[in-house]
Amino acid sequence: MFDELEQLLPFIGKPIQYVGGEVNSVIKDWDGALVRWALMYPDAYEVGAPNQGVQILYEVINERADALAERTYAVWPDLEALMREHGVPQFTVDAHRAVGDFDLLGLSFSTELGYTNMLTALDLAGIPLLAADRVDGHPLVVAGGHAAFNPETIADFIDAAVLGDGEEAVNLITDIVRDWKLAGRPDGRAGLLLELAKTGSVYVPSLYDVDYLPDGRIRRVAPNRADVPSRVRKHTLMDLDAWPYPKNPLVPLAETVHERMSVEIFRGCTRGCRFCQAGMITRPVRERSITGIAEMVDNGLCKTGYEEVGLLSLSSADHSEIADIARNLADRYEGSQTSLSLPSTRVDAFNVDLANELSRNGRRSGLTFAPEGGSERMRRVINKLVSEEDLIRTVTTAYAGGWRQVKLYFMCGLPTETDDDVLQIATLAREVIKAGREVTGRRDIRCTVSIGGFVPKPHTPFQWAAQLDHETTDARLFKLRDAIRADRQYGKAIGLRYHDGKPGIVEGLLSRGDRRVGSVILQAWRDGARFDGWSEHFSYDRWMAAAEAALADHPVDVDWYTTRERERAEVLPWDHLDSGLDSEWLWEDWQDAITEVAVEDCRWTPCFDCGVCDQLGTEIQVGPTGVVDLPAPTVRADSPVLTAP
Amino acid sequence: MARPAPDRDVAPTVQRLRLRYAKRGRLRFSSHRDFQRAFERALRRADVPMAYSAGFNPHPKVSYANAAPTGVASEAEYVEIGVAARCDPGKIRAALDEALPPGLDVVDVVEARTPDFAQRLEASVWQVELPGVPLDEARGAVGRFLVEEEILVERLTKNGIRSFDARAAVISLDCAPGDGPNPDCAILRVVVRHGTPSVRPDDVISALRRVADLVPPKPPRVTRLAQGPLDEAGTSVADPLAPDRAG
Repeated sequence: MFDELEQLLPFIGKPIQYVGGEVNSVIKDWDGALVRWALMYPDAYEVGAPNQGVQILYEVINERADALAERTYAVWPDLEALMREHGVPQFTVDAHRAVGDFDLLGLSFSTELGYTNMLTALDLAGIPLLAADRVDGHPLVVAGGHAAFNPETIADFIDAAVLGDGEEAVNLITDIVRDWKLAGRPDGRAGLLLELAKTGSVYVPSLYDVDYLPDGRIRRVAPNRADVPSRVRKHTLMDLDAWPYPKNPLVPLAETVHERMSVEIFRGCTRGCRFCQAGMITRPVRERSITGIAEMVDNGLCKTGYEEVGLLSLSSADHSEIADIARNLADRYEGSQTSLSLPSTRVDAFNVDLANELSRNGRRSGLTFAPEGGSERMRRVINKLVSEEDLIRTVTTAYAGGWRQVKLYFMCGLPTETDDDVLQIATLAREVIKAGREVTGRRDIRCTVSIGGFVPKPHTPFQWAAQLDHETTDARLFKLRDAIRADRQYGKAIGLRYHDGKPGIVEGLLSRGDRRVGSVILQAWRDGARFDGWSEHFSYDRWMAAAEAALADHPVDVDWYTTRERERAEVLPWDHLDSGLDSEWLWEDWQDAITEVAVEDCRWTPCFDCGVCDQLGTEIQVGPTGVVDLPAPTVRADSPVLTAP
Repeated sequence: MARPAPDRDVAPTVQRLRLRYAKRGRLRFSSHRDFQRAFERALRRADVPMAYSAGFNPHPKVSYANAAPTGVASEAEYVEIGVAARCDPGKIRAALDEALPPGLDVVDVVEARTPDFAQRLEASVWQVELPGVPLDEARGAVGRFLVEEEILVERLTKNGIRSFDARAAVISLDCAPGDGPNPDCAILRVVVRHGTPSVRPDDVISALRRVADLVPPKPPRVTRLAQGPLDEAGTSVADPLAPDRAG
């Protein structure tokens, strides 16, 4: 259907994002595939195209002889309007096929703010918005990604959800769909969903009922059939070296938010930062070996031509062989116009050494650290163990190493936080500049403080916490701004970037909500909500009006979902979804947070019984492998260079 | 402490190569910036030994000339590269064409042997397909266009709406029937001299609307067929790479 779309492209912005044709994209024969997946990242192409999760699944599925995968992204409102006017359905960018023609629509949710974009896509695809209204022939709508760890707020719209790593899960689902089709589709759509649910690895919301107490809390969530397990477990991929994906990273023509290649150097994190959902739900730590990493960097650069490689993970400096990896890669690519980067968040001098190593020849512009909490007390609460002395020493080391700009990330609205905890950020930034000027003898060093509102997330020790209301969040941020502005000596060297508290309240509603929030999402979407992660499209008032209307008949409201602290006994909407974390451990860790007790990283200290390794039969996989040298790089045989006669 | 940037070219130029490439099919929606990124990545995938400029952020030596607008296809776009080791133009053509996605196709590569290449790009030959426009209607509009000496059109630019003449730069304009199953698709062939402000095919279409109320019911499909030095008759252009081939 590219012909129909082509007629609309001259009238919209950035048409290149809708035409596909990326280097390393694949178009497979439609009739030759038994199972057909449309994969969606529910945001604009420029955000969705670089997403590693979608790229990995796209390749894993397309490597199978019996299946194909194509990609689709959220269309901007200018194209949406023209598609509605001309009857053009939601399409894939690979072969421009209608999304409604696929067997499955897989959505990867990194954030809850993509939910309304899912509804736009379903509507444009001609797929009924409510799963209950779908019949045989409609694609199965499957949600994954971090936000799928509480898919209850979108339970009305999805047919299934998958928790955890997707590589093996997508093969499991593809096998089941294939076998069901080959068997003549026994019992239709319902039969397929039941097969998926019986595995205990795929959550099918329609097979679970939720009962509520009169006060609005959940009484229980239970399967409505005897052959469906009462809990659904997350998937954990144990051998990263066996899955070196993406092997053929996509190179978009359009400009995207990440103009670089990414190599995931490990998955999971056991630092135990209590606010961090990603760290909690991706346990245990599984490292890729130095050999595997070097092969992926070499292969990826040959296949993409990118000039920059990011070594990704939740805390890349924590890889047990990172020093050898960084030194060897820096040696190999020195003078080759290829740069390496490590998203630096850990606050210690070792991280500065690594950054120095990776930028031997390049410009040292900015370095980022994430202390997250403004005061030492706050950092004990969130379990981000950095003393003020360490922080100042680390940042000073960075300035001394030639870095001119340091960015510090913080959160506002953390449990037990007071105005004073946040105001200490101003003191800290001042000390950082003061020490930096002393050590460098220069006045052109800068420190940028970036701060946003904290949103408590499911499957973390803060899942019971009260979210701070947006008025208090904003007031606290203004006090911080005023304190920095009032500093005549150092204030000009300190930049402040902050995000207001309102979007965080909507994110909080969608993060910790239950099935009743589904009607709020639907109402907000009907009222025009799209691209909620984009400030120019987001409307707080629209969401609040939608919530008021949709929750009018329930004893709950937005405050109940967001600013209310939960008690131990309350059934949480996601309690039947097993992230491997033991709820008793989470509660104890929450109590430790309140009493400012910190815990160590279990990679190097005894186990704290978080439950993951025991319950899921997994283990922490940390090197060292004993290997120091990199494997030999690819040798090009087909050089266009003339050789001397 | 601040470290000094290298002051010499990281890899000096030993040879310059001039390339003609085509922008076809769905990739005609790539912008010039999109092409630049795709091209520089293709150079790396094809292992072309690029020359690089000096500084903390060395850039590969690439000069782009006179790119066609986003949405317009082209058979004749030109780019010049500097390499740090002598290369075989035929191998460069094949390697780069292979490395670029289908739709961005390298069709010709010659070693640069002459100066002032950009100045040879005097004019372009454009083909404008007008789906849904019968030949007679298009012929009538072309006739009215050609009798005018000046036709003012407006275009939205960075500095707001600009009004300029779209007639004087048009050296020739003729009209042919669409081929085969599509008789209701007149095809214009227009030769436009490059200049300032540059007159683009959509300006010619605006001018046709102005003089003859020609409003294509569907978006026109535009292709640059050639660009180069004007021939003596002024109805076509010559191959701008010919002097390099001869030299």
